[in-house]
Amino acid sequence: MPGRKILTDFPLTPTAHHLDDYRARGGYETLAKALHSLRPEDIIQEVVDAGIQGRGGAAFPAGRKWQVVNPHDGQPHYLVANADEGEPGTFKDRWVLEYAPHQLLESMLLCAYGLGVRHCFIYIRGEYDRPLQRIQTAVEEAYAAGYFGEQILGSTFSCDVVIFRGAGSYVCGEASALLNSLEGKRGYPRNRPPRLTVQGLWQRPTVVNNTETLANIAWIIRHGGAAYRAIGTEKSPGTRLISISGHVAKPGVYEVEMGYPFKTFLEQDCGGVAGGRALKAVIPGGTSSPILPPDIIEGLSLDHESFWDVDSGLGSGGMIIIAEGTCMVRALAVMLRFYHHESCGQCTPCREGVGWMHRIIQRILHGQGTNEDLERLEYIAKFNTGTTICGLGDAAGAATIGILKHFRHEFDHFISHKRSLCDGRLELRCAS
Amino acid sequence: MKHLIPEFEALKQRLPLEGLNGVLLLPCLHRIQQERGYIHDEDIAFLADYLAMPAIQIIEALSFYTMLRRAPIGRWHLQLCHNLPCALCGSDNLFDYLHERLGIRPGETTPDGRFTLSAVECLGCCGTAPVMMINETYHEQLTLESLEALLKELN
Repeated sequence: MPGRKILTDFPLTPTAHHLDDYRARGGYETLAKALHSLRPEDIIQEVVDAGIQGRGGAAFPAGRKWQVVNPHDGQPHYLVANADEGEPGTFKDRWVLEYAPHQLLESMLLCAYGLGVRHCFIYIRGEYDRPLQRIQTAVEEAYAAGYFGEQILGSTFSCDVVIFRGAGSYVCGEASALLNSLEGKRGYPRNRPPRLTVQGLWQRPTVVNNTETLANIAWIIRHGGAAYRAIGTEKSPGTRLISISGHVAKPGVYEVEMGYPFKTFLEQDCGGVAGGRALKAVIPGGTSSPILPPDIIEGLSLDHESFWDVDSGLGSGGMIIIAEGTCMVRALAVMLRFYHHESCGQCTPCREGVGWMHRIIQRILHGQGTNEDLERLEYIAKFNTGTTICGLGDAAGAATIGILKHFRHEFDHFISHKRSLCDGRLELRCAS
Repeated sequence: MKHLIPEFEALKQRLPLEGLNGVLLLPCLHRIQQERGYIHDEDIAFLADYLAMPAIQIIEALSFYTMLRRAPIGRWHLQLCHNLPCALCGSDNLFDYLHERLGIRPGETTPDGRFTLSAVECLGCCGTAPVMMINETYHEQLTLESLEALLKELN
């Protein structure tokens, strides 16, 4: 068992996602208590004390984001749950929406109360079918029970929530692009400053948090920030959902206490590499987090500081396991095609640069690569970093630099022999 | 699409007043596409009028999003993921099979208008890869056998 549980601490029965089951587990008691006995600033303080970091990828402390908003400044504030899950390999928010939708809603209500928010949004990616149905059902259940609407539970607090479907755009997972999309515009990321907590949706102070981050808030207010802080490691408090996929025996979503050893997690909890093969590499937190070879990752524990120390990151928790025999040149080609396709086109280094990287790797794959191509790839990847409005350009660069750092010999081999060092395929051809 | 106005009006109940017309744009486009299968020029004119915004603003927004279409497609939209986790679990073989079976590559529609195939990026369902959407529904852990069984059910 990978440590203590916060989000997944209930049996997954066929009705577990419904309101009655959630209330039987003590659901919405925290909200009732908070509305009558806590001040908004108490809520913010508990979240600051908890030290919970954003689970979308950047790991920015949620409490510090919230502290920027003054609940009493007299202007409208907005809260948005970012459920536009699109980072390749990530499917943990899907789990929250499908199995713990009321945990998310109660948490959003607590957050809204703390930040003086009257209107909340859940921005869910447009493709999600069952997660959308589940969260829609939960919202209607919560309205019928009086948890949303006017004067909630006899208090002076009123709050509405609207589910907003995205329309197929990776970059809208970036908070400012998401807000532009909500406003009915193209999903173009915005320049900072101003921060979104100062000028966000319709220029009002807006908090955008990842779905998983928000879903933890009800537990934090119920048990206190100090209790949360006592879980996990000093620099990475709490637990996190890891969605593991690729060449792994038991893929799925696992809740892991921060600091849990990676090796134990992969081998004991997830059943090891599929088909009993050897491990070749791991992408630890969505394809935007640089890839790591076994000799590095097997010594790490699952917390932010360990992964940052080796120039990678736990990112969105979307872990992709890659077995021996997989062609890394093709793996990078898949990633670069993705970043090229999803570039919004605003910033030249990303629009052009990622396109150049995509074409170079295609050239190599077609046996027309030259020795200068790898230098070019690296040069463009480094140039992209920090020169774009949002992190998409950086992500394409980081993924490229990471894979070249650890698997350069495969690229050299492909260029000089015009074929893959492996069999050139990605899938694992053995029974798993 | 005037018959959808009551539905659109109902959406306003839980929305804030500021920015109301902008925030309704994507939900309206989704609903119209569900009804017609794509967004027609007359839908843009209708929304420009209903939401009191320039038509060019609607065209600009909708041309950005991959899920929104300006032209009709086949009755069954096969959207197979070709991102890394699905590729690691064999989605390339499924593309080859679909080409062999239906004679279409990504971006193409069968001459009888039954199937349109799209290669799409991560659908956020990697634990049960490979994954394909058929119209609105996800189909997971696909094999050549289960894919063939699905195709037989679609007419």
